[in-house]
Amino acid sequence: MRVSEIVQILDARIICGEHRTDYTIDVAFASDLMSDVLTLKNDHVLLITGLANMQTIRTAEMSDINCIVFARNKKAGKEMIALAEENDIILIECRYSMFKTCGLLYQAGVQPIY
Amino acid sequence: MEHHEFNIEGGDFSRAGYASSQVKKILKQMGVDVGIIKRTVVAAYEGEVNVVAHAYSGAMYVDINRDEVQIELRDEGPGIEDIEQAMQEGYSTASSAVREMGFGAGMGLSNMKKNADELHIESEPGKGTKVVIRMLLNTTTGD
Repeated sequence: MRVSEIVQILDARIICGEHRTDYTIDVAFASDLMSDVLTLKNDHVLLITGLANMQTIRTAEMSDINCIVFARNKKAGKEMIALAEENDIILIECRYSMFKTCGLLYQAGVQPIY
Repeated sequence: MEHHEFNIEGGDFSRAGYASSQVKKILKQMGVDVGIIKRTVVAAYEGEVNVVAHAYSGAMYVDINRDEVQIELRDEGPGIEDIEQAMQEGYSTASSAVREMGFGAGMGLSNMKKNADELHIESEPGKGTKVVIRMLLNTTTGD
């Protein structure tokens, strides 16, 4: 699924990587635990999380995750956006809960990892 | 042979990951296989987060040649009393501050072991810990 579709489905806002809405994700993973994210081996993963701090971006950087949705209205700070920009990571802010975010994307055909 | 050194500040979560990020950039520039880069930097980052989470100060020493990368993390800190226990998934002594950053679930060392081609841990309780991660560059083993 393309980033542009994700944004539309979630009625969300891209706050970093606006020019890369054609980027396509294969699967999604939802977690606030970065240790879990670091165990993933898939490519083109969408990370859905309610954890908005520098380590969220660092974890994505190390795991080659290029797109993050921040659920339940969590905001990315300036430093986070700068680091995401440096690493070509798309950041999306969404007001829906993690449950609703996952539900809508799953309904639209986004596949889970496990 | 390339050698790099990075300081790691204990407790400074805003900078945790900086050293691993530099390693990733270096390996990318060398044209190393992306799968090997990912395993290397995930193991390095888990180690770096451990230093930030548990130690007072530390450093990452990186040696790279054509065939392998060796990443040594050395810290001054409480050390690990029982390494075998610390390797068990789910065992953690992390503070709530560490958990708030998305870590501290007791998965770090076992994930390092899964990603590294070789992992060696030495620790002296009350003094510090030394972790050596060795990665072979000309192979795709270790899935």
